[in-house]
Order: sequence, then structure tokens, then C-alpha cells
Amino acid sequence: MSESLIEESILSRPTYGTLAIAPGLAHYFVADASGAECVIRVAEAAPRDFMEKVHILYVPTPGENALITALYALGAKRFEHFPTIDDAVARLGDWLSDARMGSQLYLAGTETLIGKAVAAAEECGLDHSAVQCEHRGSLARRVQCVHCKTMIEKVTTQPVKCPSCDLLLLVRDHYSRRLAAFQGVCINAEDPTEDIEIREVFK
Amino acid sequence: MSASDHLIPVVVSKVVEVNSIIKRFEFKHVDGDELPAFSGGAHIVVEMLDGPTKRKNAYSLMSSPFERGQYAISVRRDDDGRGGSKFMHEKVEAGMKMKISPPVNLFALDLRAKKHLMIAGGIGITPFIAQMTQATELGVPFELHYAARSASQAAYMDSLQDRFGDQVSCYCDDAGGGPDLVGLLSDQPLGTHVYVCGPRGMIEAVVQTATGLGWPAAHIHFEHFLSPPVGQAFSVHLAKAGIDITVGPEQSLLEAIEASGTPVNCLCRGGACGQCETKVVSCEGDIAHNDHWLDDEQRASKQFIMPCVSRFRGERLELDL
Amino acid sequence: MTIQFRNETFRNDFTYANSPGNIPRFPFPFPEDVYMYSTNVEPHHATRAGSPFENAFDVDEHYVAEMKDRALVLAEDPGRCQALPHMETAGWDFVELVMVSKARDYPDLFELTIDGDRWHWINKPLQIDDSFIFGDSSTLPCHPMEYIGRQVQGDHAILDQRDGNLWLDAGIITAQADWSLDFDIGMNFFEWHAPVPLAHELGVFQRALKFLLSLPQGQPSRRLNWTLTVNPRLDTSPENYPKWGPDRTTVTPENIGEKVHLRVELQTFWRLPRSNAILFPIRTYLMAMNEVVTQPKWGRRLHRVMRDLRPELVEYKGLSRYHPMLVEWLSQFDDGALTSPGIFPD
Repeated sequence: MSESLIEESILSRPTYGTLAIAPGLAHYFVADASGAECVIRVAEAAPRDFMEKVHILYVPTPGENALITALYALGAKRFEHFPTIDDAVARLGDWLSDARMGSQLYLAGTETLIGKAVAAAEECGLDHSAVQCEHRGSLARRVQCVHCKTMIEKVTTQPVKCPSCDLLLLVRDHYSRRLAAFQGVCINAEDPTEDIEIREVFK
Repeated sequence: MSASDHLIPVVVSKVVEVNSIIKRFEFKHVDGDELPAFSGGAHIVVEMLDGPTKRKNAYSLMSSPFERGQYAISVRRDDDGRGGSKFMHEKVEAGMKMKISPPVNLFALDLRAKKHLMIAGGIGITPFIAQMTQATELGVPFELHYAARSASQAAYMDSLQDRFGDQVSCYCDDAGGGPDLVGLLSDQPLGTHVYVCGPRGMIEAVVQTATGLGWPAAHIHFEHFLSPPVGQAFSVHLAKAGIDITVGPEQSLLEAIEASGTPVNCLCRGGACGQCETKVVSCEGDIAHNDHWLDDEQRASKQFIMPCVSRFRGERLELDL
Repeated sequence: MTIQFRNETFRNDFTYANSPGNIPRFPFPFPEDVYMYSTNVEPHHATRAGSPFENAFDVDEHYVAEMKDRALVLAEDPGRCQALPHMETAGWDFVELVMVSKARDYPDLFELTIDGDRWHWINKPLQIDDSFIFGDSSTLPCHPMEYIGRQVQGDHAILDQRDGNLWLDAGIITAQADWSLDFDIGMNFFEWHAPVPLAHELGVFQRALKFLLSLPQGQPSRRLNWTLTVNPRLDTSPENYPKWGPDRTTVTPENIGEKVHLRVELQTFWRLPRSNAILFPIRTYLMAMNEVVTQPKWGRRLHRVMRDLRPELVEYKGLSRYHPMLVEWLSQFDDGALTSPGIFPD
């Protein structure tokens, strides 16, 4: 899986780094298949007793088992896997509601996974500055249609048609951490007859 | 712009000797008007006219933020200081008229916190008294850990325990010492914010311990007002005003600038808020940077100075004022 | 002083207009013949009787109609008024500031009686007469920010101060120049201004933030901002862009004077006492080009400003479709004479 290549943009567009162990009393990891290798990399470089403080949530791609086995073998204190990002993030919320200050959160994978986990963690009182994120995999975006408020998942095109209100949306770089979404605004509102090419840009 | 441009005329309504080193002063508006509302952790600047000398010191408000009829501060006497606390202790009596600034808060509670953990050392207790009143009103859990040198110097310890019960834990150096910071900071629910006010060593210990345990910086709050240190007199050239001023041994550079009638921004007067940051035009000599604001690179560059607490020794200092 | 409140609309048939006496008090936003971003902040103290800077919260002939328009927007889209849970104290600070100011500045229109925590508020233009316990939100029909926000002209954002930044954590925003509260709520000062071009590079927001973080209680500040809007529409939200966007294609040399409006925001900044938050009122004034050019100084200057506006700003402010036409139309009011400094008409 290639490393993330996100172009420099406006200040609300999140940027991501490389996971590295930070001081902490408990370490929570959430990853999808594209980010699993980041978790393994961090764990393999960690001091001996580190894994006793580690809790891992994993979202595999369907039918894939090798990474589940590899992550399980790291010997974390807790390891659970879930079929969807939403299920894993809900479990993260359960875990963090009992957590103490000094918890570190590490996220690795697609922007959707990162965005949803950051928003859930912030609800639990974990400051976003205490979250490390490493982007891997697809650059497909989660987009909020600003007009009808529909959340559109896995957007790869510019513009994108809102499945709910049918408007053709320009996907902006403006990003809301609370919604874990980019903003989509009608691209041809002034002249709906304008002909606009739809191109695949978020791969 | 500066909060102390819009001073409020008050009358000292009460002076209470809390213990051998601490006095409490209460102020009411001279016209009996309500004083501005404030939030826990706010301070006021008190203007002291001591003969020809005008001093301005910042003190945390300890009265209830919901009480608009009067303000209260506590002042610890510091005989080695510039004389501000000594003036308050020796010269200020009930019935005297003084001027204070509107409240400014550089040490506010984070209102998103799921819990407030407060750690006080000595006279650093004062902002927490107002904050505990506010947290109680808001219904947010809090804990206060209050350390003092000895029971006889622990201002308000008994009354706080009466008022807030087991939310308050007390420690005295002469009876076993301060709180177990590692234990305390290792067992706080996610979403807790920690606040510390006290001697420099205590602040550093709390910040370092919390950071080492993985607390994010946004959850660690501290307030450490410096009193402007005393020193040798020195001269400064103010380039825009085109004048030379002299800073007396017990005067701060900020006070000397103000006395010359030259406008300068300021808020905390204690090296913390950054408002009075001033560009140095030229410097032949050494700046004693006593502030918490400038970083090491800025200090080494000799291009910036915080006039509220910093001093100068050398041939010539020229400021962009 | 008694104000004749106009019965008018900001949508559909657009009956909004400024009466002749109201025109000279418009806060024309250009003190010089050229425009570029600046923080241009000054103390918000009483300036010039009769001007919109005379009182803390200006009430003018559009008050009642604007409040009706706000109620329509909120009925359609309650998400235009939102507050994160920790912003209730700030909501009460906002209630106090507006009620105390209006009762003081417009005693014939508003009355406030305070007896400890028991407050009695009368708003005559909107026929409101309510008693409540200050600080107890259960004694109001809604969140304190919404309650008072429905009684004061202009949008209101409330910014929480923490961690050396300001956070857009509450607002009642129904008359905005194309930004979404629902999307931006919870963002910090740099994040919610992120889409603005040029200003970040110029350091405008860094300077503005530093200024606002140390804003003292009792010393509010103000600045003017501007854009252009086709038709006197207050709700130019991104949510409703498909409704107002097409208006931009309807401008012709024949209707430009009545269609295109100068839209000025009187932005003020207030430190709130109990929450330590900052109240950020964004008060919008609309004036048709035909009304603007009744003041010869404004006609001359607006032509020069529009003619020399940087292309990035023409694009960002959404003027591209009719900008050349507007410059051409305005040129007839510019005889090349010198203009006097400052914003007020000669």
C-alpha cells in the first residue's frame, strides 16, 4: 500500500503524519486493511512491555484473514475486529468512555476511518491534538451536501451528484472535524444548464 | 489598548488579616454600582499610589463570580519585592479610595471539561476559590489539591474544607508534603483538565508529570504571575517618542514607559500574556528576560523584550515605542 | 426618537428598500478610493449621532422585518441556530449584553427590570413581554442564545476562547454571506476562515486573532466588511445557494441599479464576562446601487474601488458575472473629482 500523497491545501484540510509511540498510560489503535501495516510497524519497534497497554480495533476487507492473524499475534491487551468502520468506531467510543487521561489514540487507514474515529474520540473528551493519524489507502472522500445535509460516502469524482437532492456538488477542501466530512456545494447553481465534466480525482 | 486604560474607582470596604503573611482586601464601587461579572480565574490590576510612585500589580479575584456587589483579593506580603505587597499590607485601610482594572481572565476553566482537577500551592489558592464556586454552579465535578508550607500559613484551608468537603484535599510541607502527582494524574477520567497555580517548582512538576503520562497540552493549564523583579536603575531610549527614560530600581520598565505618557499595550503585567511584547531597535548590553512569553530564539536575538518584567544592563537600549 | 418600522420582505417580491432619511446613515465601507484587506479595527464606542455607530446594537427601520425573515429561515432550517453544550453560559452573557444595552439606548422601545435573578423584559416592536430567571434556561422558551438572537438584528457567532485560539462553538446565523454554521461549528479561528483567499498569506488572521484573544471586557471593537448581493436578500447561505445563485445571471445594464446591492457587515467584538467567550455580531446592511449613488462621494468612490478590485477578490466575492457591467454603470457617477477621506457622505 503506497504512502499518502496529499497536496498542500487550505488550513481546514487535515494533514497526516507517521505513527510513532508517544508517552501514555494506554494506547488505542484503530486501523483498516490499508493501515494495518502501520500498526504492525509501530508494535514491532516498541519496547517489550508496550503491548500490555495496547488496545487494537481493526476493520478488515471482507474475506481477508492474514492481517487479522498478524495483528492478533502482536499480543495486545485487547484486540477486536469489526466488519465496518462505524462498528469499530462505536466500540472505540465504549472503550474511551472508561478510559483515563494519558490515553493515546493512533489511527491508520483511509480518511473516512480517521475522520470518524477523531470525531468519536473528541466526544469522549480526547483532544484531537492527542490523536496521531497516518493516512493509507484510498483518497475517496466523505462529503456533506451543504444543501440537503446528506452524507455521501466514498466520493471519488469532482464534481459529484448528491444521491438525495440530485444537485451537482463541487467537493471543496474545506473540512469539518466534527462531521468528519468535506463540504459539497452546488457547482452550477447560478446556471444549471452549464455542462460540467465529471472526472475521477480522489483515488 | 490596555485593560488598565479603563479603571474602575473603588473603595476598600474591608481589610482582613488572614494570617501572619496574608491579608484579604474587599472592594466596592465608589458609587455603589455593580462591578462587572467575571469568570473564575480572572484577575484585576490594582493601581497603588504610593507618594510619587505609581505601581500596578495583578491579583486573582477570589470572590464569587456571581457576586457583583464586591470583589475580594488576597495579598501575600513579600518583603524582598518592589514594595507593592508591602504597600497593600501597610498603607491600605478600609475606606481608602483606589482604582482597579476590569477583570481579565488568562486562567479560565475549559468549559468542555468533564472534570476539573485543581492543584494550588500557597497563595496560588486564590483563583481556585472563584473557580470552585463557578464549577459548583455549573454542576461539573472538581477536585482541589492544596499544598502549603504549614497549617498556620494555609490561608482558607479550613473554610474550603467546610464548604466543599471531600472535594478538597490539603497538604502541608511540615506534615508529610504535597500530593502524589503521579498517582493523581494517572487516575483521572478522560476529558479531565488540570489547572495549577503556585510556585514555579510546583507548576513545572505538574506540567512535566502530566506531559510524561501522556496528557495533551490543551488539557494542562497554569498561571504563574511574576512580580517584576527589582534591580539596578537603567536608561532606555524610546525611538518613536524620541525620549530617554530612566527605570528606577523598584520600578518596572513598563511602569516607567507608562509614566512617560507613551502608549504601550499590556494585560497581565506579569510576563505571561504577551501583550506588551516590544521590538528592540538596538541593544548594546544584556536584557534580563524574566518573562514566560518569548522563546529561546527570540531571547537570543535581542530583538524583543517584555517590558512588564524584563530589565536591562549595559550601554544603550533603544525600543520601538 | 421613534422609528417607523418598514413592512417589507427580503425574499420573493423583495419589497425591501431604504427610506430617503435612512440612506445617509448607511455604513459605507470604503474610507479610501482603493480596497484591500486589512484588520481595520477601531474601538466600538459611540460615534456620530444618527449613525449606525451611535449605539451598542443599532436598531433601524428594518428591525421588525428582519426578525420576521429570521423566523422564516429558522422554521425551514433549525440548523441555522446551534450551540455546543458548553456554550450555555455564553448564551446568558449574550442575553444580558443585548437587553441591558437596548433598554439603555432605546428606552422607548425596550424595557428591562432586574430584581436579583428575576428579570422582566419588554420588547415593544416585537410585542414580547417575558419574565424569567436569569441563568435558568428552563424559564425561557428556548436556548438563551436563540431567545435573544431572535430579537436582535444581525447574525451572532459566539467564540469560545481556549488553548490560544478562538472556537466557533455557537451561533444564530440566518443572514450570512455564504458560510455554513452547520458545517463550520466547532472549528478554530484559522479553520473557519480557511476558504478566504489572500488574507492568510498577508497575516491578517494571525494579527486579528492576537487582537481578539486579549480583547478586554467593556471595550468592544468594530470593523466593516462588504460584498455585493443581487436583490436585497438576507439569506445568502450556502444551504440555499440554488435559490439565490441564479439571481446573479439576471443582472442587466437596465436593472443593475435596483438589482445589485452593496452588502455591508458591521462586525463588532465583545468580551463576555461569565463565559470569557467573545460575542461576534455580524450586522448586515443592504443598499441598492441606485440608493448608494444618491450620495455623490459614494458613487465616485465605489466606481474606483470596483474598477481596481483584485481579480482574486472579484472571484471570491462571487462578482465575476456582472463585475464589468457594474464598473461600466458606475463610471457615469465618477467625474474624476477628489473624494474626502472617511466613510461618511459629504
